[in-house]
Amino acid sequence: MLLGDEAVALGAINAGISGVYAYPGTPATEITEFIQKDPTAAARKVRSRWCTNEKTAMEAALGMSYAGRRALVCMKHVGMNVCADAFVNSAVTGVNGGLVVVAADDPSMHSSQNEQDSRFYGKFAMVPVFEPSNQQEAYDMVTDAFVFSEEVHLPVLLRMVTRLSHSRAAVEVGEARPGKALAPSDSKGWVLLPAIAHRQYAALVGKQDTLVEKSSALAKEEGAGSLGVIACGIAYNYVKESRASVRTLKITGYPLPQERIRAFASGCDRIMVVEDGQPVVEQEVSMMLGTSVKVEGRLTGALPRTGELTPDSVAAALGCGKAPTFKPVEGLPARPPQLCPGCGHRDVFKALGEIVAEYPGARVFGDIGCYTLGALPPFKSLDSCVDMGASITMAKGAADAGVFPSIAVIGDSTFTHSGMTGLLDAVNDRSNVTVILSDNLTTAMTGGQDSAGTSRFEAICLGLGVEPEHLHVVVPVPANIGQIAETIRKEIEYDGVSVIIPRRECMQTAKRHNRK
Amino acid sequence: MKKDIILCGVGGQGILSIATVIGEAATAAGLYLKQAEVHGMSQRGGDVESDLRLSTEPVFSDLIPKGEADLIISMEPMESLRYLQYLSPEGIVITSSKPLVNIPDYPSEVTLSGLFSQVPQLCRLDIEEVAIKAGNPRGANMVLLGMAAEHLNILRPGQLRDAIRVIFSPKGDAVVESNLKAFDLGLESNK
Repeated sequence: MLLGDEAVALGAINAGISGVYAYPGTPATEITEFIQKDPTAAARKVRSRWCTNEKTAMEAALGMSYAGRRALVCMKHVGMNVCADAFVNSAVTGVNGGLVVVAADDPSMHSSQNEQDSRFYGKFAMVPVFEPSNQQEAYDMVTDAFVFSEEVHLPVLLRMVTRLSHSRAAVEVGEARPGKALAPSDSKGWVLLPAIAHRQYAALVGKQDTLVEKSSALAKEEGAGSLGVIACGIAYNYVKESRASVRTLKITGYPLPQERIRAFASGCDRIMVVEDGQPVVEQEVSMMLGTSVKVEGRLTGALPRTGELTPDSVAAALGCGKAPTFKPVEGLPARPPQLCPGCGHRDVFKALGEIVAEYPGARVFGDIGCYTLGALPPFKSLDSCVDMGASITMAKGAADAGVFPSIAVIGDSTFTHSGMTGLLDAVNDRSNVTVILSDNLTTAMTGGQDSAGTSRFEAICLGLGVEPEHLHVVVPVPANIGQIAETIRKEIEYDGVSVIIPRRECMQTAKRHNRK
Repeated sequence: MKKDIILCGVGGQGILSIATVIGEAATAAGLYLKQAEVHGMSQRGGDVESDLRLSTEPVFSDLIPKGEADLIISMEPMESLRYLQYLSPEGIVITSSKPLVNIPDYPSEVTLSGLFSQVPQLCRLDIEEVAIKAGNPRGANMVLLGMAAEHLNILRPGQLRDAIRVIFSPKGDAVVESNLKAFDLGLESNK
């Protein structure tokens, strides 16, 4: 019994990877965690420590590929934005050792800020995308992806979604093949100076037919009927679950096999595109088929435009939905997640609450982590939460525009991920911001992974130019709330960059340490 | 034959352990199984839900369609009602009777009882009290699994007991025995 994420991890180990590079993020975290705990991976010394962010992960993996080894990169969908520069250019350089990038999308935003669809990134970078429909395919496709990556000298993007990443099923696994070592690349194609990049880019465009051949071979057709369903990835399961009598073309590879789709559509009266995430395929198929046949999907309203697909929404779209006997119970209050009892962030927010009450102009810019829950009752302390690191930079911009006091709240792991560069900007501009770097010694929200900067935050801040007299470390416990508030008050009144580091271990990791 | 089970409760109550035990029993019995879990942020005191699908035939969807769940097994009474539209007409709700109140607008006892009147097949028990009396306050989830055991049909209580042994054996014999005891108390409560 393996989670979809674990199937990917085991597939990668058995395909002989030499390293996994990742930053934790729901729903992709378990891939790297599995490899970190796996005895075969340990025996082979597969490199598996957490990286500082997705960009450093992607680049290090590209370096491993350059050196002739197989490497895996894992992230949640928004991590693709962070590593996009490296990812898109890795298609132009091409790869040497097999390189597989796993992006786990989160339709319905169970633990995310948006619903972006990583298949767009595949199309944008012109690399092959594989999209498994179940745990077994996830396992099998990883090996296939490494082989194909080495064949076409391109990274392969493996697209997962929450419901596959976090669902268990039995998976038949093969043998663990030993890691394959190619010679380090001596191609000049890695130097993307314009003259070389022109050549490389033309070569990338030239590979597209081969990629289409591959996705065409991956596509499977079954069933009969006048309605043709193009089912992508896990959407295929919902179509099967509905037991609708339709003709189905199952898509698990991109770029789209246009010729197969044309042939498939020619035998249908109507086409329904069923895909989890954004209407990537629907758009392309509508454009491709024009007015020759009616194409329906999320854009036409046949399926909901937002949110993850469900067996119910798909059955309804295919005309075989049933009304359940029991109505949903009206008026049940929501039960949002909360900061753990005893969590140090709580004490920080209590102190911050006092300050905000004193300064009517105060704005608090939040960031990504457990402490984002400070935006919810009872604290209601945060005015924003946008992307990793945006607290410091938004506070800076707001301060530049005259907001006072302009306060940033950022966690330790988020700070090293993407906050440090923003702090340097603030220091260079002498922006009037007060940064609260809430350090719980771990990456807590995703389950307590190592945090890249632990024990070095004072040194990092000083190194970036924060003045020693405006850098404070406090201990967030209820008895110190008054003292913390006083420190914040004092630093707000300083016209420049201040950093206050409330430091206490996360309750969850502390519990685990005490048990050991 | 198939059994679709919705497991729910509040993050931290141990619903994933119930899922793991049923999953182990189903695997040992050679059944097809899919188990969709909730990870990440919602585990922090928020509502959590897991779909378990057991079948003698291959299972396609990881999620249970509305109106098809044979059982709703819940560690918390109000949470069991959140998924009522998933229950099949003959479905059973098996739930702890003791509210976990960590939100300001939790419904009153009267409101909650009123809502439960629309559930034709309902088993409620203060599983926490049973677990505490049995000297295993952390075993409330196994009491709940015991309550559900005879309604699972596709698996026998004995198979679940075997699975409890397998799952908890790394934690030592004492933990295995106290969880088996909790399970048995839940099982007997139906009689």
